[in-house]
This record gives sequence, C-alpha cells and structure tokens, in this order.
Amino acid sequence: MTGTIDPTVVNLTVFVLAIFVGYHVVWNVTPALHTPLMSVTNAISSVIMVGAILAAGPGELDFGSVLGAAAVGLVAINTFGGFLVTRRMLEMFRRKAPKAEAKG
Amino acid sequence: MTANQVALWYLVASILFILALKGLSHPETARRGNWFGVAGMLIAVATTLAVVQRLDLILVAILIGGAIGATVARRVQMTQMPELVAAMHSLVGLGAVLIAVAVVYDPVAFGLPDPIPTGNKLELFIGTFVGAVTFSGSVIAFGKLAGLGKQFRLFSSAPVVFRGQHLLNLVLALVMIGFGAAFFLAAKESQWPPFLVMMAIAFVLGVLIIIPIGGADMPVVISMLNSYSGWAAAGIGFSLNNFMLIIAGSLVGSSGAILSYIMCRAMNRSFFNVLLGGFGAAEGTTAAGGEQKQVKSGSADDVAFLLGNAESVIIIPGYGLAVARAQHAVKEMAQKLQAKGVNVRYAIHPVAGRMPGHMNVLLAEAEVPYDQVVEMEDINSDFGTTDIAFVLGANDVVNPLAEEKGSPIYGMPILEAHKARTVMVNKRSMAAGYAGLDNPLFYLDKTMMVFGDAKKVVEDIVKAID
Repeated sequence: MTGTIDPTVVNLTVFVLAIFVGYHVVWNVTPALHTPLMSVTNAISSVIMVGAILAAGPGELDFGSVLGAAAVGLVAINTFGGFLVTRRMLEMFRRKAPKAEAKG
Repeated sequence: MTANQVALWYLVASILFILALKGLSHPETARRGNWFGVAGMLIAVATTLAVVQRLDLILVAILIGGAIGATVARRVQMTQMPELVAAMHSLVGLGAVLIAVAVVYDPVAFGLPDPIPTGNKLELFIGTFVGAVTFSGSVIAFGKLAGLGKQFRLFSSAPVVFRGQHLLNLVLALVMIGFGAAFFLAAKESQWPPFLVMMAIAFVLGVLIIIPIGGADMPVVISMLNSYSGWAAAGIGFSLNNFMLIIAGSLVGSSGAILSYIMCRAMNRSFFNVLLGGFGAAEGTTAAGGEQKQVKSGSADDVAFLLGNAESVIIIPGYGLAVARAQHAVKEMAQKLQAKGVNVRYAIHPVAGRMPGHMNVLLAEAEVPYDQVVEMEDINSDFGTTDIAFVLGANDVVNPLAEEKGSPIYGMPILEAHKARTVMVNKRSMAAGYAGLDNPLFYLDKTMMVFGDAKKVVEDIVKAID
C-alpha cells in the first residue's frame, strides 16, 4: 500500500461513523420530545455558520465575503432561534406532577 | 491557532453536539442536553472567529440574525412550531447554497487550492443541490403549514398535481445531474454557467417535490426536510474538508430520516408513497355519506356525570383539540376528575399533531404533567380495562377499520379506544377525517357523541363536574 489517504476517504469515514452514532442516539430519544429534537437539530445544523464565517473572513471586501456575511446572518437566525425555542419547550416539560394536582 | 488546534476544538464541539441529542432521551436530562448544544456551537464559532482576518462584518451579521432568531423564538406559539421549523430548514438550505457559491468564487478563503480539486467539486455540487432543494422545498412547506394557500396557489394544503408531474421531475433531475457533471469537468474559466444552471434547476425541483404532498402528510414532509438540511450541511462539510460539519450534518440527517420513518410507519404508508404525493385530496369522501346510521349523542352534563363516576379515563387528544385551543380546559377537567380519585391519562398517537411530538408539546404547554401522557404502544393494552376513552378532536387515529382487512387504512396503528368499556367522542360534526373514511367507532352501542366546539364542550363539562 502506497501513497497518502485522500481527504475524501477520510471525510467518508467520518460521515459513515457519524451516521451510525446519530442512528443510535436518535432512536433513544423519547417520542414525547420529538418536536424539541427537531428544533435542536435545526440549531445544530446551523453550524454551517463556520463555513459562512470563513467566506466572510478574508481581509478585503469582495463578492465572496458579502455572500459569507449574508449566510452568517441567515444561519444565525437558526442558531439563536433554534436553541432558544428548544429551551422554551423543554421548560414546559420541567414541571413534574405538583401537589396542586390533587387540589383541583 | 494552528490547524491542529482548530481541529481539536472542532472535535470537542462535535462531541457536545452528540451529547445534546443524547440528553433528549428523557425530559429531565433534555435541558442539560440543550446547553451542551449551545456550548458546542459557541466553541465551533469562537474557534473559527479566531482564524479569520476580519470580524466586523461577521459580528454585525450574527447580531442581526441573532436578534431576529431570539425574537421569533420568544413570540412563536406552540401551535406554530411546524411553520417555524420549516422556515428554519429553509434558512439552513439557503445558507448552504450561499456558502457553496462563495467557495466556487474564492476557494482560497476556505483553505482550498485554486482551482478547486475535482473531489471537492463533486461534493460542492451535491451540497449545493441538496441545499437548494431544502430551501425551496421548505418555503413551500412553510406556506402550506401557515395556510397561505389562498394567497398563493403553490402553498395550497391540497396536493397540487398535474399530468406528467413525475416524469417532469425525473427529467429535471437528470438534466440537473448533467449540468452538475459539466461543472465537475469544467475548467475554472467556464465553471460558472453549468454551476448556476444546476443550482436554478435544484431550486425548481424543491418546489416540484413538495407541492404534490397533501396537508395530512406534513409530519413526514417536515421530518424529511429536517433530514435534507442535515445532509446539506454535511455536503458543505465534505467540500470544505471540515469533519465537524460532516458530523453535525450527519447527526441531523439521520435524525430527520428516523423521524420520517416513524411518521410513515404511524400512517401506515411507505416513504415513496408519500413522496409521490396526491394523498390528502378529497377523493375518498364518498365513503362518508353512504347509509344513514344512528349515533347516540349526549350533552356535556351527561359526559360530566359519567366521567365523574368512572375509575379510569383515557383522554385521546387530536389536532382538532389544539385548533380549538382547548388544552387548558382539558387539563382543568383532568384535574377536577383526579381530585375525585379518577385515574386520568392521555394517550398520544405519533401523528396526533402536525409534526412529530407536537401534541406532547401542546399538552406540556397547558401544564399537563408529562408522566400522565403515554405513547400509543404503552397504553394500547390498557384500554380493555379502562372505563372511559374520551376522544377529543381525533378521528382516523382511533378508527377500528384499521384492523379490518381490505379497508384503505388497514394496518395503520391506532389507539384502541373501541376496547374501552365506554367511548365518548367530541367532534364538531360527523364529517370524515383526513383519510375521508367513515369511522365505525362512532356507531358502537357503547359510544356517546358530544357535538360542538372542543373548548366549549370541555368548559361545560368542567362546570358540570361537582
């Protein structure tokens, strides 16, 4: 065996392993929390902001950095909106059956 | 910061994302999980900010986007969650497309060689078209969910179908792949035309894929687009050789795929069948009108009396309940009954709301304790020993026809309300559900119908329980 491993092969390895992890973790999510699951995965997918930041990052201002900044702005809506709305929902699941239940 | 340090921080962020999803296995650990997600995102963004040269533009963009996101998250109503999620999917899709264009424009900014290596070009093509389909598909899904069909026909919640639709989609997909291949092979000077045409076709395809899918199938569509948005992120990760994006994207992608599968199974339909669309049209309504059968109907007072004397009650909420905004009234009713020593539980069908888990959130919002809310598989065996099953605004999910061979919904998992000793059903009228089927449950001797708006009826019941 000679030569270096192509980055695409490394990427593919990571990709397949991550799908396995995702598969096992997500089946363990309780069905009652499937809506928060969706909003939090939404927030997590906004990690592509990293790519947008790189696009917006070079010193001089050009077409690429404007696109990047636009992408950062759009995706930031997701990051903040996603995590905050998930938190709001999960707060609702906080209250365990309180004593007040019996009073009616 | 060296490239290795950046990669290690990205590894930390990736692990935090996995822990975020893991936390959702139980309501008590879920809030911590959400914080893991926030921490992962902070690390990912901060690490990246440390390696770029110019911050002002980025920080302003984050501030503007963040303010909008925070405002929406605070104001959105829980019944509007499906719309919000669809809108957010579209943003991820559009973001992915913009990034892909920026990569084609200036690969050096991303640490890629110029011209772009062919392997990354292929991945760029995939990332772009998945992102574009996610964007335009989610916009259509948003319109359908927000009920904007009157303003714009493509947003109609009824399926938009025309002859040759599937053929057109197929041809467009092939043409798109052709232009993708042209982009893949093109030299740096001639790469823009095929790239842009490919992107434009992908936007059109996204619209065409979603318009034939009817309102009843929205839980599947949302899950599917959730999955797509993840794959789009992973595609961008591939093209940038960024393993954190690949990991986060794959987690999201597989999560959406699993949710799609769960929703399809709950509706007893194959994924392919949903995608081909056309379901949810008013085709099957003939079944409802047929012979006149007798139903027993009662008043809110009758229901209150029976509920008060029962030992065990299972409430089956459907989306009709949420539309009538009756969750709080139902919780009040349950509390009064519990005070009298009645064992009250809620049974949730996976497609009770408009997105996976929607009904659980709506009940949680009304402060129903989550340990009284039981999933279908766990509660079905209890109906036989339950005094009263009280169906509120649900129809197809309790239709016993699903157990009869030859019926259109045969095989669909249902809540077995018909096994309870007494069944009570609140509906506005005798109209059929989404599936357009008559429901034999309503005509059983042990069934009592209570007609009227769910909120009004439940409030009357609350008053009548002493």
